[in-house]
Parts: sequence; C-alpha cells; structure tokens
Amino acid sequence: MRELAAIAVFALAVAAVPAFVTSGYALNVVIMTLYAALLGQAWNILGGFGGQFSFGHAVFFGTGAYAMAVLQVKFGWNAWAALPAALALGGAMGALIGALSFRYGLRGSYFALVTLAFAEVFRILANTFDFTGAGVGLMVPLAATAARMQFASPAGYLYLILGFVVAGFVVSWWLKHSRYGAWLQAVRDNEESAAALGVDVFGVKLRAIVISGVLMAAGGAFYVQYLHYIDPHIAYGLGASVEALLAPIVGGMGTVWGPLLGAALLHALGETTRNLMGDAPGINLAAYGVVLVLMVSFMPRGVMGLFQARGAARGSTHA
Amino acid sequence: MLEASGLTKTFGGLTAVENASLRVPPGAIVGLIGPNGAGKTTLFAMLSGFLKPDAGRVVFRGRDVTGLPPHEICRLGMARTFQIVQPFGAQTVRENVAVGAHLRHRGRAEALARAERVARQVGLGDELDKLAMNLTIAGRKRLELARALATGPALLLLDEVLAGLNPQEITEVIPVIRAIAAGQDGAAGVTVLMIEHVMQAVMNLAERVYVLANGRIIADGAPADITSNRAVIEAYLGQGTAERLRRAQGAVRI
Repeated sequence: MRELAAIAVFALAVAAVPAFVTSGYALNVVIMTLYAALLGQAWNILGGFGGQFSFGHAVFFGTGAYAMAVLQVKFGWNAWAALPAALALGGAMGALIGALSFRYGLRGSYFALVTLAFAEVFRILANTFDFTGAGVGLMVPLAATAARMQFASPAGYLYLILGFVVAGFVVSWWLKHSRYGAWLQAVRDNEESAAALGVDVFGVKLRAIVISGVLMAAGGAFYVQYLHYIDPHIAYGLGASVEALLAPIVGGMGTVWGPLLGAALLHALGETTRNLMGDAPGINLAAYGVVLVLMVSFMPRGVMGLFQARGAARGSTHA
Repeated sequence: MLEASGLTKTFGGLTAVENASLRVPPGAIVGLIGPNGAGKTTLFAMLSGFLKPDAGRVVFRGRDVTGLPPHEICRLGMARTFQIVQPFGAQTVRENVAVGAHLRHRGRAEALARAERVARQVGLGDELDKLAMNLTIAGRKRLELARALATGPALLLLDEVLAGLNPQEITEVIPVIRAIAAGQDGAAGVTVLMIEHVMQAVMNLAERVYVLANGRIIADGAPADITSNRAVIEAYLGQGTAERLRRAQGAVRI
C-alpha cells in the first residue's frame, strides 16, 4: 500500500510542475522523460517481470502510433475515439506475436530475434502501403484543442503522458501484489517449476505480452499526438525498441520504479553529453550504448539494486 | 488414487521405460526404487505430464490424465518435486512457496499466510525471508517439498527429496514426510509416491515398493520381501550375484 501512496505522491508532484516551471524546454524534458518511462514500463512488464526479452517492442509502439494517425487522417475519427482502438490493436499485436512464439516455446535470444523480425516486417509493410502514407509518413493536422487531444500548452501533454505513466505504474504495482504477478515472476525464474506448481506458463506469458503491447501502443499514440507526425522508421525502427529496453535495464528490471529512474538518468545523461559535445548527431546514443554495456556487466539489477533492502544477496547474484 | 498401465517412452533408439504399470492406493506411501538410469525420473515425468508417453495410460482419481499438460494435472491434485532442485532463486522462501499456494488461493495475503504455514511444517520456519538461492542443499530440498505441498495435492510425487542430505538431515526429514502422509493440523493426509535411493527411508516409510530396472518394473511388494528378491539383487549388483551370495552364506554356515 505504501508503494501505491508513493505513486500518488509522484503523480501529484509531477502534476504540480507546470505551476512552477514555465520554460517550454524544461517542460519538454519532463514530458520526454515520462514518455521514456512509459515505454520502459511497457517493456518492463514482459521483460522485467516476465523474463521475456523483446528486441522489437517497436512493433507495438508503431501499431499504436499508426492506428492513431490512420484513424484520424484517413477515416476522420476523433483522437479520443482512436485512442482505445490504438490500445486494442497494440494488445492484439501482442496476442498474435505471443501466441506464435510462446506456442512453440521460443525463449531467450530466439524470442528476441522473432520480435525484432516482426518489427522489421511491419516497418517494410508500413513503407509499402498507401494507407499508412508509405515512406512519406502521415501528418496529423494541427488543431490545438483538447477535444482533439491536442494542447496549446505543454502542460496538457504533460497531463496526458502522466496519465499513461501512472497507469503503467499501477499495473507494475499490481504485478508485485497479485496472484498473476507471482505466476509471471515464477515463469521468469523457472518455467518447469512453475508448470509443476499448476501455472499455465503459456497463458501467463500471453497475458503479459498483451498488457505490455497495450502500454507500448499508448506510447505510440502519445507520440503521434505530441509530434503530429509518424513514418515507418520512427514507428517500427530500432529506436523505439531500444528506448523501451534501455530504461528498465538501467533503472532496474522487475521493479516498479526502475523504468522511471532509468528514463530520468538516461535523459540527464543525454542532455549532458549534448551540452558537452555539441550537436554531433547520435552522440547521446553512443553514450547510451556505453552505459548499457556497463550496466549489464556490472549492475545487472540496475540502479534500483542499490536501494533494495535485499542488498545482502547482491554478492551472489549472477546475471 | 493413481493407476498407471503399460507406460512406454523411447528417446530415439533408447527405450527409457517399457510397459511399466503401477498402482498407488489412497493414503499409502509407495516407493519406487531402481539402479541409476533405470528410468524412474522418466516414469515420473510421464505421470505428471512433463512427458507424453508413447503408449500406456495414467488414471488419476478415476480420470484419464494421459498427456494432459503438467499445470492441469497439478490442478487436479497431483504435485511433484524435482530431483535437481529448481527454486525461483531471486525470490524469498515465502514467495517461492506462495506460488504453489496461489493454485488454490487467489488473494496474495492468504497465499502468503498459507506459504508460511507450509514452510513451518517442513522445517523452513526460520528461513522464510531468505532468498532461495542462499539456502543450503538441504534447505532447497525442503523448499521443493514445501512448494509442492502448498498446492494442496491429494498425491505427492517426490523425486529423491533425500538425495544429497547427510544422515542427520535424513533422519530429520523422514518424520516430516510421514506427517504429511498421515495428515496434521486438521489437514487430510496426502498419498505419496517417492523415488528414493536412501534405503533406510524406503524401508522406514513405504508400505509397498516397485523396482524399476532397465525401464521395466521387475518386482513389487512389501519392502522386506523386495530386499531378498533375487531379480532385485541382480539388478543392483549384477547377474549371478544372488546365487554367489547364497553360496557364500552357505559356506560360512558350514
């Protein structure tokens, strides 16, 4: 319950930010950090709690983003009506990929490769078909009104992304305190043992990838509303996949706060390198790469690992 | 309780288990013994759904469960342990056992409470908050037992829960198994089928023993009869041993 209260405090604190900060740049940093935390939390549910490491979470991100854009631009839907459809399609994509790969027992690097391949296939499809705008992409017309989920001030976007992030946190908290969460973590730690204790391993993994897909699609939907543009590379490229897995790995997989912590640290790092090194394209990505290698080698439990009461066990953790 | 008939499993050209049948009556403790590589664990895997038999049938509580997936068999009330312990290493003892308890308890608090009771029952009361990976081998064996027990089974399949324990630990665990079978604290007794190498335990606990050698059941009966069974002695000690032993004993008498 304490953790739930902490989530509420966090939500209120972030909601108060626009009252004190008016700089558009600063608000944008907060928004993009929350956005990275959302993608991270989505990945964390499947990867951190479920132990299924996806390398292609962009497939859910892109599906959410394109659903949002196509429904508005090509079918004239209102953004608020398009959002549930985008989330549902993200979940459906999760069910499809989960059913195909978990049915055949794909694990570890095989699962990572299959998800990567799915993202790549959809990138090529989006590049080809006309209704996704092909290689040109889709532009969502500007109409800065809350009725169309667009906002004149950054504060509106901050509340929107905060809503998604809090939803992600609550799901993550629920995994820590529910039967389903216990089953999911059991599957992560040892599938055979879990099955012997009556856990339907396939069903548990399938639900995790659906939940993860829905949250990731929310990230895609937000992206479209915030930046008004989507193309195949942004939607289904490696960028979104890497961004999703980076934050929880740095912050701490399988923890409630890890993705947010990781997202904040990475953004601080990215901004710092940009300020120090100038605008050399991709310099922040190089820094991310170095951090990722260091984290995986020396701190497999992430930054959260430093805070956890179970620190006594750290010495004997082998990744 | 459990009736297996004609179970057969081959891996490539190797027949691991051939036409094996056994019966476990309700309330009993039944032993399954045999030399290394006899196929005991394979037989267990077929009973508990981890392997599909090539032939034969498994009937559990009057229901044909042949080929059902393991989690469904567990739900029907048959729980197993693993010879090579497989704890959820990064979780505490309490959390490990709670995974089993969740099978019949949806609520987290209830499952944790039941986990604590079961852990105490097998002697893990002082290690509830330890991470499973930090347990000794004896502790891990007890954890296997606790997790399986927490699912509330009617039948427990124990795969060498005593292997790797020292004599003192063995004498500690034997009464635990006996208590589980007899039922305690108002809980109903649990029927037990155990693979065991520690003969002291088999003799002590089991009322009926099946002997598996080269994938076939070669003998069954009361433990005392089994130890003097000619086929059994030969399976363990080599062909002709029974005859030589008898002659040697005769010679001594003269």
